[in-house]
Amino acid sequence: MEIKYDVEVDARGLQCPMPIVNARKTFQTLQSGQTLRVLATDPGSVNDFKGWANMVADAELLAQETTELDGKTVYVHYIRKK
Amino acid sequence: MSMNAQTAVVEPAATPSLDTLQQQVQQLQAQVDALRAQSPDNRLSMVVFSGDLDRVLAAFVIASGAAASGMEVSMFFTFWGLTALRQKRESRGKTLFQKLMGWMTPVGIRGLGVSKMNFGGIGAKMLRTMMRQQGVPQPEEMAQMARELGVRIVACQMSMDVMGIHKEELIDGVEVGGVATFLGEATRSKATLFI
Repeated sequence: MEIKYDVEVDARGLQCPMPIVNARKTFQTLQSGQTLRVLATDPGSVNDFKGWANMVADAELLAQETTELDGKTVYVHYIRKK
Repeated sequence: MSMNAQTAVVEPAATPSLDTLQQQVQQLQAQVDALRAQSPDNRLSMVVFSGDLDRVLAAFVIASGAAASGMEVSMFFTFWGLTALRQKRESRGKTLFQKLMGWMTPVGIRGLGVSKMNFGGIGAKMLRTMMRQQGVPQPEEMAQMARELGVRIVACQMSMDVMGIHKEELIDGVEVGGVATFLGEATRSKATLFI
């Protein structure tokens, strides 16, 4: 799956609630139509970004995927600003 | 397929008069206003009653998460929770009991103990180390972050009076309010928590 994104937030190694807090800070700087990619190692981030996208009116969760990066499981989230 | 496609001719209903329409619009507007007044804002109100490190930590994690999700967050600190907001110990102008209370309660998050297995503060130190090992921010950092995200912090005036805590003893930027301040926020909130 190849999804284009404009900005990336690396939240690897961070625990709840830091991935969404950092994502929020960057998301606020996005223009409408731009996409944010978040990398996280926290397994809870999968549900967290679902919930987060439900709460933030102008956020749309495009996709979530799990990959291996540097020997670690990484959860990747794509969020578009409506 | 024998059905003839018939063009449905919709007879225009008798055109309502302008007055009727205006009345209907006004009624609808009133209903919308009433609904809007009842519907909660995207808001979270919390009472932080506890002065335990673990509970205060949970409160700030939820507050930061909610603020990061675009919610307006208010935290009302009352009773033992007030100790988390203290920045210094001041004895002047206090009764004997208030002085004792002041000396026996912690100053700020740094001084808080955990609700279980505290063992005179060793438990709190252990928890902090364990959090550091997992890359979790320290409770003080979490509180700082919550404030940067715009979380409103209100100290309960009545508890402050009873315990003899003066506003100068609390960290900067704390508002002071009473139960109506909390209820005013809580009735407009989607979620309320008592911690």
